Amino acid sequence: MDVRVVDVRKEFDRFPALHNVSLDINSGELIALLGPSGSGKTTLLRLIAGLETPTQGAVFFGEEDASQKTVQERNVGFVFQHYALFRHMTVLDNVGFGLKVRPSSNRPEKGEIRRRALELLDFVQLGGLEKRYPTQLSGGQRQRVALARAMAIEPRVLLLDEPFGALDAQVRKELRRWLREIHDKTGYTTVFVTHDQDEALELADRVVVMSQGRIEQIGTPDEVYDRPNSPFVYGFIGESSSLPVRMENGAVWSADRNIGLSAGDMPDGEATLFFRPHDVELLESSAGGCIVGTVVASRRAGGTRRVELEIGGGSDRIEIEVPAEHPAADKSSIAFKPRHWKLFPVQG
Amino acid sequence: MTSIPVSSRAGWQMKKPSIIPGFGLTLGFSLAYLALIILIPLSALILRTTSLGWSGFWAVATDLRTIRALETSFGTSFVAALINVVFGVIVAWVLVRYRFPGRRFVDAIVDLPFALPTAVAGIALTALYAPNGWIGSLLAPLGVRIAFTKLGIIVALVFIGLPFVVRTVQPIMEEISREIEEAAATLGASRFQTIWRVLLPGLQPAILTGFALAFARAVGEYGSVIFIAGNTPYQTEIAPLLIVIRLEEYDYAGATAVATIMLIIAFMMLFIINLIQAWSRRRYGYGA
Repeated sequence: MDVRVVDVRKEFDRFPALHNVSLDINSGELIALLGPSGSGKTTLLRLIAGLETPTQGAVFFGEEDASQKTVQERNVGFVFQHYALFRHMTVLDNVGFGLKVRPSSNRPEKGEIRRRALELLDFVQLGGLEKRYPTQLSGGQRQRVALARAMAIEPRVLLLDEPFGALDAQVRKELRRWLREIHDKTGYTTVFVTHDQDEALELADRVVVMSQGRIEQIGTPDEVYDRPNSPFVYGFIGESSSLPVRMENGAVWSADRNIGLSAGDMPDGEATLFFRPHDVELLESSAGGCIVGTVVASRRAGGTRRVELEIGGGSDRIEIEVPAEHPAADKSSIAFKPRHWKLFPVQG
Repeated sequence: MTSIPVSSRAGWQMKKPSIIPGFGLTLGFSLAYLALIILIPLSALILRTTSLGWSGFWAVATDLRTIRALETSFGTSFVAALINVVFGVIVAWVLVRYRFPGRRFVDAIVDLPFALPTAVAGIALTALYAPNGWIGSLLAPLGVRIAFTKLGIIVALVFIGLPFVVRTVQPIMEEISREIEEAAATLGASRFQTIWRVLLPGLQPAILTGFALAFARAVGEYGSVIFIAGNTPYQTEIAPLLIVIRLEEYDYAGATAVATIMLIIAFMMLFIINLIQAWSRRRYGYGA
């Protein structure tokens, strides 16, 4: 089922949580809404589900305007961060709940509901636990139950709100891979909210990066990582270092040094240079166009060494990665050039 | 279930609940305190009853007036507690879920029956419901009499029992996250289905506790009831009043005999309610 969010605005007590957001989700796609807290990602998800009503704009399921429908009529599967299982019901009853509350005209008979719930429990690898109560399960198991419960109603779209947020790191990774498998097997159009970029990049077909109630960038994981289109995305996704620079006649200057990068046809003025700390080329001599910095701190990080440099003898500090065997002694100077980088003019 | 450790050296063992020291001391203190405050007076009561002898006790217990008084007490208390459960849950719901001007004021009013001297409540209710009172005079033409009937007793018991239900259900209700309701809604449950199949079953242990407290309080209530009940023997005479009457006749043994019977019945009912609660707690993992 295609889902289209058209020009949706949402205000809470006149405070805008979403500024006119539009988003097209293709049928069968696995989409991540990624952003820091307060970016409006959960609000967007709840608007799609019908748990919130938009102040303005509409949500379409296929050709049908879903904004006119109640949550119950929308037939969406929603998975909550804290599971929201019904604790007085067994796992089996939890999963079968959505079928049991249907009006009698399209409610499967008891045996059928039981059969389908058991089948789903097998599918989420919880076969044999159907008689347990939610409190007798681990966090990861509870979230599997929640997913099975959401899938039992054969939803038109599956919405997951920080589904792994309450789980520890090991279980998160496991469930992440598992959710991708489930998605590939079932083909449900799936939207999930996360603030964990690893999760979004690893799991999603497309990532929607959000900040302060706006969509910053929509793209495949490769696109948002390799070609961020704003300083925010550059800073939020993956590691990045930034350096204030000045553009003059197509050349880029840091303090009084031409750092040998081309500004292309960008207008003269203040700008910020972004690059990935691991994506730099170390140079033997500091002659010619390059960035030169004095080592102020260095620490070992896995297979590499991270070095903090002071640039231009002043207040700007950046981080780069150097090979572990690099001496990087204090106060020594290092010259380097970023391999990939991007300039964003300073607003104002 | 996780594996249950089997201790081969059989025999009864005290379960060590935690590593915090002082378990023995606190347990000892609790038992001694309970004995001092509750068990000693109650055993004195039973001891006093034994002075009647078995046949004497049986005569009091099977006396029609005693039986009727007990029926009145437990019957009206039961009905009043049921009414309180229904409306107490609604009041708690409104207080938890809605924000309206004066909510704190209403919240405070709920506790008034706790604080008010029960005689004051009895007099006020009697004034209202008597055939010439504000409400009584409206109902009299319809042939409904409240004061000086069992209905009057129920009204008084509902009044004093309400806070027990509200105050036990309220905190549990506050704990129910909105997500539970939202989950039910996304699964297609109507508002009614959500309340009936999801929310109320979750509140059941708290409701049961509230019921037990309101019921227990109602059984022991004296002050507010005697004003409105009319106190006709065999009809609107409650057991506590019968005890007082016996005392005034210097029939101490008879009074304690009625008291003992009340004690036994009340204890059994509370014990059963506790068992049901323990069962549901175990099952749903509440309070775990």
